[in-house]
Amino acid sequence: MRHTIAVLVENKFGVLARVAGLFSARGYNIASLAVSETFDPQISYMTIVVEAKDEKVLEQINKQLNKLIDVITVTDFTKKDHLDRELVLAKINYAPKDKPKLEAIFNKFVGKIINHKADTAIIEAVGDQRQINELLEELNQFGIKELVRTGKLAISN
Amino acid sequence: MIGARILLESLKKEGIEVIFGYPGGQVLPIFDQLYDFDIKLILTRHEQGAAHAADGFSRATGKVGVCLATSGPGATNLVTGIATAYMDSIPMVAITGQVGTHLIGNDAFQEADVTGITRPVTKHNFLVKDVKDLARTIAEAFYIASSGRPGPVLIDIPLDVQRADTEFIWPEKINIRSYQPTYSGHPGQIKKAAKLISASKKPIIYAGGGVITSGAHLELEELAQKVQAPVTTTFMGLGGFCGTHKLFLGMLGMHGTAYANHAVMESDLIIAVGARFDDRVTGRLDDFAPGAKVIHIDIDPSSISKNVRVDVPIVGDAKNILKQLIAEIKKLPDTAQWLRTVDDWKKKHPLTYKDDSAMIKPQYILQQLWELTKGDAIICTEVGQSQMWACQWYQYLTPRTFISSGGLGTMGFGFPAAMGAKLGCPEKEVFNIAGDGSIQMNIQELATCVANKINVKVLIFNNGFLGMVRQWQELFYKKRYSYTQITSPDYVLLAQSYGALGLRVTKKSEVRAALQKAVETQNTVFIDFRIEPEENVYPMVQAGQAINKMIEGLA
Repeated sequence: MRHTIAVLVENKFGVLARVAGLFSARGYNIASLAVSETFDPQISYMTIVVEAKDEKVLEQINKQLNKLIDVITVTDFTKKDHLDRELVLAKINYAPKDKPKLEAIFNKFVGKIINHKADTAIIEAVGDQRQINELLEELNQFGIKELVRTGKLAISN
Repeated sequence: MIGARILLESLKKEGIEVIFGYPGGQVLPIFDQLYDFDIKLILTRHEQGAAHAADGFSRATGKVGVCLATSGPGATNLVTGIATAYMDSIPMVAITGQVGTHLIGNDAFQEADVTGITRPVTKHNFLVKDVKDLARTIAEAFYIASSGRPGPVLIDIPLDVQRADTEFIWPEKINIRSYQPTYSGHPGQIKKAAKLISASKKPIIYAGGGVITSGAHLELEELAQKVQAPVTTTFMGLGGFCGTHKLFLGMLGMHGTAYANHAVMESDLIIAVGARFDDRVTGRLDDFAPGAKVIHIDIDPSSISKNVRVDVPIVGDAKNILKQLIAEIKKLPDTAQWLRTVDDWKKKHPLTYKDDSAMIKPQYILQQLWELTKGDAIICTEVGQSQMWACQWYQYLTPRTFISSGGLGTMGFGFPAAMGAKLGCPEKEVFNIAGDGSIQMNIQELATCVANKINVKVLIFNNGFLGMVRQWQELFYKKRYSYTQITSPDYVLLAQSYGALGLRVTKKSEVRAALQKAVETQNTVFIDFRIEPEENVYPMVQAGQAINKMIEGLA
């Protein structure tokens, strides 16, 4: 099962390597990882989505993260009210005749065109993972040439 | 003040009088400062020896051990020693030189990404890029190494930082917001534990290295006495409970006593204190102590419920928690019947060996060593059969008298560790129980011992084999002794050539006299005991078996 964990860490060099190293050394899988500075430049916020086969593994992940000296707090969102979002940028095949079809999609799903050229368009979408996946399925009919996702960002509610 | 000087002044502030190390290009400013500074550096003959010596010093004294090496190969040679300390939660600070900050990342001469390499085997590490951060970093390193669950911390100091000048400001107080170890146990949990103890019929105390780290041995004894519960220790816990106490069952696990293993398996309550249910202790997890509830006292939350399910976890310092727990137990369980059962196991399955060979039996040497010292000595060991015999056939009466690489099982640890232990406790007789395999892994430290008059006594159990691997080959690989026969130099001549005393003992009748001679000699002594070549360590639990399914050898 996938779990979302938020980790506040000291914003120092090498901290990401410590966190990533912990996961690889203990055989835990990271599904996605998003890191950035918080409003306090000394602190960074990591949203980590992990694959954990049971509670025991999740508990160990939490404890091991807490054990790292540079980790300030660990929040497991599995049983906590939270909101999560993901940003995707998708480059799709595009011709001007597709515009109405795309707009119909954007009426039903998240997303918008942020730029287009003669034969490609870049779509931006923000939503939870279900919304993003639904959108990507719709966009697939045009042919997705490139796709970047931030991975999940989560915040407590 | 330049960085190199700040380093030494900071070490002095931490109370450091002796460090272990080896010079090199990227630590020249530090060595220049050491030239006339009142911290003594013991120049080992290999950086690995320096790391193990710092570790042994720490295990013997409880203080933080310090080692120092240059960049690149100097630092990588420390790694095995750092990993050894990490696995056994030993407080140590390793200082390494690094190439100048402008060269980092350029594949410069003797450059290695040392903080990267040591990240998984240190509690924490630092690369100091600015001399202004140096003093505070050193203070933090010592604080992290010695607090909570202790461990090694590495500080990597680039050459230009050692040379750079700044004001020396020593931080008197360290506070790291992201690191706040828990020392006092939760009162509610302690109450619950006390109730479980009162309700138990067959309690057993299972104590580990945490008892020694915490200095909780007296409280442990008080608890055992009060509850009248038998006590078994892990390998790391040896010395944490008096080895001759009538409630003591010896070590448990793979080469533990049969009666300790039976008692744990049949118990209805395990009181785990500063131990981590390692695989060498539990054997097959699914079958481990099926009828037992578990109270687990440990300072490291990640040790709790990692391997076995725990009924009452208590996070905190063992000494504090045991004190509170003892006070909290109102109703004492009646364990008389249980103790009789345990005594029956003791009588039925004693530790034993056949002493009928013309050859010297290793167990006999340890018995003689016990008779000679009565526990008033520090016993260091290498790794393998000799190490396991040292656990079984010598009684450790007090903490810090047994020094050995547990978690990592590092061959070559014992000799340099003994050196460190002797420097830490010069008034104590220090022995290293070695095999002919292990001793050859750091034998170069003979020069260090003789040069510094560090009089350790090395007892080589010479059987011409890498004995523990041979034992497994005998039992599980049809006696196909693949590359486990090993030759040795003439240890007597070797010791002499270094300026130490070498003795050879081939007869049982000469064992005691040789040990006596070693103790009386004011020099490093190597004794080459020619022992029975194919003696095995028993009892033995096969890896992956339940711990009451033992091969008991000839018993």
